Amino acid sequence: MSKAVVDLPPKGGFSFDLCRRNEMLISKGVHPPSFRKTGTTIVGLVFKDGVILGADTRATEGPIVCDKNCEKIHYIAPNIYCCGAGTAADTEAVTDMVSSQLQLHRYHTGRESRVITALTLLKSHLFSYQGYVSAALVLGGVDITGPHLHTIYPHGSTDTLPFATMGSGSLAAMAVFESKFREGLTREEGIELVCEAICSGIFNDLGSGSNVDVCVITKGHKEYLRNHQMPNPRTYVSSKGYTFPKGLTEVLTTKITPLKEKVEVIEGNDAMEE
Amino acid sequence: MDLNLDAPHSMGTTIIGVTYDGGVVLGADSRTSTGMYVANRASDKITQLTDNVYLCRSGSAADSQIVSDYVRYFLQQHTIQLGQPATVKVAANLIRLLSYNNKNMLQTGLIVGGWDKYEGGKIYGVPLGGTILEQPFAIGGSGSSYLYGFFDQAWREGMSKDEAEKLVVKAVSLAIARDGASGGVVRTVIINSEGVTRNFYPGDTLPLWHEELEPQNSLLDTLSLNSPEPMST
Repeated sequence: MSKAVVDLPPKGGFSFDLCRRNEMLISKGVHPPSFRKTGTTIVGLVFKDGVILGADTRATEGPIVCDKNCEKIHYIAPNIYCCGAGTAADTEAVTDMVSSQLQLHRYHTGRESRVITALTLLKSHLFSYQGYVSAALVLGGVDITGPHLHTIYPHGSTDTLPFATMGSGSLAAMAVFESKFREGLTREEGIELVCEAICSGIFNDLGSGSNVDVCVITKGHKEYLRNHQMPNPRTYVSSKGYTFPKGLTEVLTTKITPLKEKVEVIEGNDAMEE
Repeated sequence: MDLNLDAPHSMGTTIIGVTYDGGVVLGADSRTSTGMYVANRASDKITQLTDNVYLCRSGSAADSQIVSDYVRYFLQQHTIQLGQPATVKVAANLIRLLSYNNKNMLQTGLIVGGWDKYEGGKIYGVPLGGTILEQPFAIGGSGSSYLYGFFDQAWREGMSKDEAEKLVVKAVSLAIARDGASGGVVRTVIINSEGVTRNFYPGDTLPLWHEELEPQNSLLDTLSLNSPEPMST
């Protein structure tokens, strides 16, 4: 294959060079490893004094639950939090990246970060990767201009809504919100509604499960309620515990390899010199 | 049926832009879909570019949002450098340049509408591919297929502001009735020399069309009365 005469420096954005090779491999039956996804139910709503974010805590690797109690509500700024659905690595990385960018921005401007700043940083990053960074986010916070709630899709489009749900359990949670949401909820009513929506996802969606995390953000104050509800406790724990006496498992062979010290330490040397 | 929640956000959409005697009226529905799921039932597809120029967006939600953000930024710079409000033609041309030069990567159909002191109210259509076409009225989006015949019959030159807005609302509600990818509420924006007026028509205030009306002469009516004697030979 002929190459260009001048090698251009790599531009930003996704490099699609290996896509043809990947397609060829898939056609030959070689599949890439499955990603750890947060199947997920994540929700957010705007109430009287601010925003409330909620999330379940199950992380899946294909059909297996790899983390029964993961954290899906990520810190972006002291007044801004972000729930993430999709590939766990992508949501973690993109929220950490924007969180650092915002901190530098805060040092530069000397002001509290605004939600719309986080929104623009996230949306431009996701758009430039054309949907390959699989992160679907619910971004919420309270800044000087008031409470804000946004959803961000992997392709980079955003919506601004009074209540929002994302993830595989979003339909179950949206059904709860559509029937019970109203403007001007109090803090208790808001938390109860968020928990109900997440529980609806936990019990009706296979990709969501375990506990409910809630985060309440108001002007000048935030409360991260980790495991606010735990509707899936581990029952039937044997009180006697599990013991395995010696001799229960048959030993077939025994091989002992002593570890020899190969490193000689010479004391009192001069510092390295050229 | 697979909902396909991983599909890119698209705005199935019905968007309309109509000139009238003294300005323009822009109208749109409010449905944003991801595959078969309605991701946002109250979205605002008419976005502001400058004080006097607005944009109706259809196609990929992400692509149209990014294009409108870039053009808003370019127009802000242009306004500062020019020292007076940008014209609708300039805004439409900037949209066209971005759409045409990135035609391989973008999937957006846009309608630019506004009012400036040189040309008055103007509508420019910038469909897929990046053509620019100045038109007395423009329609776009998946729901527009159902409106070509309607506009051929109903549109005329020199309408008043209220007539034009009524036409736009009627057209969008007709398209919503027939197009699965359009729905929700009808939003309109009227731009003229006096300024900008935003209007909102919730779904239950829109007229019902044809099959949506109560069934008439239904068999259920006969069942509620005394059942007629069965025929006997």
